[in-house]
Amino acid sequence: MHELSLMQDTVVIATRQAREAGARHIHRIMMRVGALSGVVPETLEFAFDIVAKGTMAEGATLEIERVPVRCYCAECAREFEPADLVCECTQCRRPSADIRRGRELQVTSLEVS
Amino acid sequence: MCKECGCGLPGGVAIDGVPASAAPHTSAHHHAHDHHHPHDHDHGHPHDHEHSHDHDHDHGHADGAHRTLSVEQRILDKNDRLAERNRGYFHAKGVYVLNILASPGAGKTAFIERTAADLGQRVRLGVIVGDLATENDAVRLRGRGIPAVQITTGSVCHLDAEMVSRAMERLDLNALRLLVIENVGNLVCPAVYDLGESARVVLLSVTEGEDKPLKYPVMFRSAQVVVVNKMDIAEAAGFDHETALHNIRRAAPGAVVFEVSAKTGQGMDAWYRYLEQALR
Repeated sequence: MHELSLMQDTVVIATRQAREAGARHIHRIMMRVGALSGVVPETLEFAFDIVAKGTMAEGATLEIERVPVRCYCAECAREFEPADLVCECTQCRRPSADIRRGRELQVTSLEVS
Repeated sequence: MCKECGCGLPGGVAIDGVPASAAPHTSAHHHAHDHHHPHDHDHGHPHDHEHSHDHDHDHGHADGAHRTLSVEQRILDKNDRLAERNRGYFHAKGVYVLNILASPGAGKTAFIERTAADLGQRVRLGVIVGDLATENDAVRLRGRGIPAVQITTGSVCHLDAEMVSRAMERLDLNALRLLVIENVGNLVCPAVYDLGESARVVLLSVTEGEDKPLKYPVMFRSAQVVVVNKMDIAEAAGFDHETALHNIRRAAPGAVVFEVSAKTGQGMDAWYRYLEQALR
């Protein structure tokens, strides 16, 4: 599962940031995961528990903000939330390649002490 | 894993049979420690940062006080930066790079073999192939005189930029015009990993069903080229050509589509014309 390697990278990012800020404990890790990111939030949580052991992030709460897909239709000049991941405009049905939101896969912030 | 920058490969990955963690970091793989945090402006609303001050552990200094650190870092940043480095290197060496993606059994290796057999005289071609196990594909390609490097990932379900940068050390890029990367057979995970390629080719075969593109939207959307393979058995498979093309156009609006048989050579000429145009 690549959620494991993604969470390994997340723990590396989090511990480096925490260390640089002079912190000793990580209490919470906030992430943003878009619906088009290709990643399953539940699997991230599962992977986090495994990967955080023995690190500064062990025992931290993982908070995942899920971001729905929003595309832009150039014809209708409007943003829309598509019915499925194919991103067809809900008004004119043309497929849109302009994805405004939904591809996020980020560590947004940490709560440390 | 490198403790400095977190790079390095999980246990189990090997390049041509040599465990990757044992391989020394070459000068091409320096540790760039930039502390620039790219701000991804995907969000359109401000964040509420709750600054909770935990005074249960008030020792007169800040030990127990919780604070929030803004990070705003893309997790795939590390891979994407390496991919950009690969991309720059390929460009500097004048090598055009294809990332071939498909389900297992769609015919990636056969497609590459056929391309190499037909174009090999005109275009110097090399291959990096990824599989969980066995070196069969690389052996098969080398048997046809194609320089090939095998990445065996162990349990990793996709190739990433780090693996590709290691593998390319075993190829003489000065002697190549075209590098073909055959990804792990998987239409899910490889989609999010940029390798530094010039173009992405997603392959599907006539036996996989016409709605395949709709089932894997993230993968198909990322394709510059979509190849429908095994056209020689399309009739036997009851392949609905119209529906398949319609769905490909929905899932991959900007992609160029080729219908081929890597086995018989049917339809490959159009692919070669496209490729030779891209190599110009």
